[in-house]
Amino acid sequence: MTNYLLKLRIWRGDKDGGEIKDYPVEVSEGEVVLDAIHRVQGTQAGDLAVRWNCKAGKCGSCSAEVNGKPRLMCMCRLSDFEEDEVITVTPMRSFPVIRDLVTDVSYNYEKAKELPAFAPPPRDADGKRRMAQIDVERGQEFRKCIECFLCQNTCHVVRDHEDNKPAFAGPRFFLRYAELDMHPLDTHDRRELAQGAAGLSMCNITKCCTEVCPEGIKITDNAIIPMKERVADRKYDPLVWLGNKIGLRSKDYEGRTDA
Amino acid sequence: MASTDTGVTGPTRASIEARTLRTDRWWVAPLLTFVVFSAFVVYATIRAFMGRDYYSSPYLSPFYSPCLGDCVEGASDFGQPFKGFPFSAALIILIFPLGFRMTCYYYRKAYYRAFWLSPPACAVAEPHQAYSGESRFPLILQNLHRWFWYAAVLVALILSFDVVLAFRNAEHEWGHMGLGTLLMLINVVLIWLYTLSCHSCRHTVGGRLRHFSKHPVRYKLWTWVSKLNVHHAKYAWYSLFSVALVDLYIWLLAMGTFDDPRFF
Repeated sequence: MTNYLLKLRIWRGDKDGGEIKDYPVEVSEGEVVLDAIHRVQGTQAGDLAVRWNCKAGKCGSCSAEVNGKPRLMCMCRLSDFEEDEVITVTPMRSFPVIRDLVTDVSYNYEKAKELPAFAPPPRDADGKRRMAQIDVERGQEFRKCIECFLCQNTCHVVRDHEDNKPAFAGPRFFLRYAELDMHPLDTHDRRELAQGAAGLSMCNITKCCTEVCPEGIKITDNAIIPMKERVADRKYDPLVWLGNKIGLRSKDYEGRTDA
Repeated sequence: MASTDTGVTGPTRASIEARTLRTDRWWVAPLLTFVVFSAFVVYATIRAFMGRDYYSSPYLSPFYSPCLGDCVEGASDFGQPFKGFPFSAALIILIFPLGFRMTCYYYRKAYYRAFWLSPPACAVAEPHQAYSGESRFPLILQNLHRWFWYAAVLVALILSFDVVLAFRNAEHEWGHMGLGTLLMLINVVLIWLYTLSCHSCRHTVGGRLRHFSKHPVRYKLWTWVSKLNVHHAKYAWYSLFSVALVDLYIWLLAMGTFDDPRFF
């Protein structure tokens, strides 16, 4: 295993200001960016703030931007870069910075609170609830989300427009809206809420959320666009409107109430 | 092109001047899209307004099909209900394929990035001060995509009919084929792949359901369309090239630049 000196740069600072500083550090082939950050913390900058936990791409804690790209530091291999390449690590740039690489991601938890929870119907007579396997499978992809919030961070709707944050839930939560709206047991109709309060119509489907998702979830194709189409069913489709007027309505939303 | 105060250089964010720290060539893809789409728009506009050299028996350019205005003899297989239309016959029908592509989820991504820079690439700050997405007029009209999809299916059927008619010779005798027939056939296959891989198609055939288990046939259709849908962007590009190529080929034939090589 060969060692080399990595030209690492890290943003240091807090809400009052900061700068990108050089931290040349010895690294080994096969290491990831988070390893290099830890070595800097252990040998050069003991006060470097960084959030991390599992080092396995499953906890979603070590989200940051590596050479400008939103990444999980633990899943970002040094072997993907040239040995003489400068690697710049900054905190996520959509959220308020706390210190160094740590940001305040509470925006996401506020948005989670605004989303009505799963509302199943009463149980069957034997006390159970039933779903067919193919209906279960559809939502499985969405449940891979580890809430790293890289999609929220890269979405230009809030990244470039802080003022949109109150009106926009973001891709991670459109994923949840879609999962629940496709859920055969949920008793809410979430289309109106998704379009209105959650700001689905603000999304212009430029797919950056999908590009940065470390779990490879097809957020745009499988959640956001289907959700936009569901909203179109309800609001922008004269055929559906006419069908409702003359009693020929889709039974798929029968028994569901607005969330 | 400074980023906004409410964006990545806003007061609560980590203070970094650069609008992006990306070191890769993120600008290549939007630039390429900009150049190719612009070239297509210029070419298609010129051809649509020309009003001539769109028919070389038995081939009819896809830009003019169906030819419903004052079209040359042999080009109007569906009559001329707009006889007397003062402009090029292409202008009567091009709104449908144009509307379908303009409201397409893939093209939207491509032109929002390449033309409107909103955003130019992921994690690259956009230049605009304000942003309301597709929530207001005119972009709220993007929700009409499925209506253009219905029209696009009709257009694809008509273009398929044109391919059948292309298995004739210049005197309209059946059982012949030329290079033009082959190009039109390739074009219509790509048009169908693009039309059937559409996100609205995926939604309509089965995506809108909450219970796949109660609709096994629609579920099956949805799984097929889902497989095509993964390649929607690719089909969008291929069919854009093929439709322009077929039109160019027929234009050159109609001007007598060369003769159509006949296979049989």
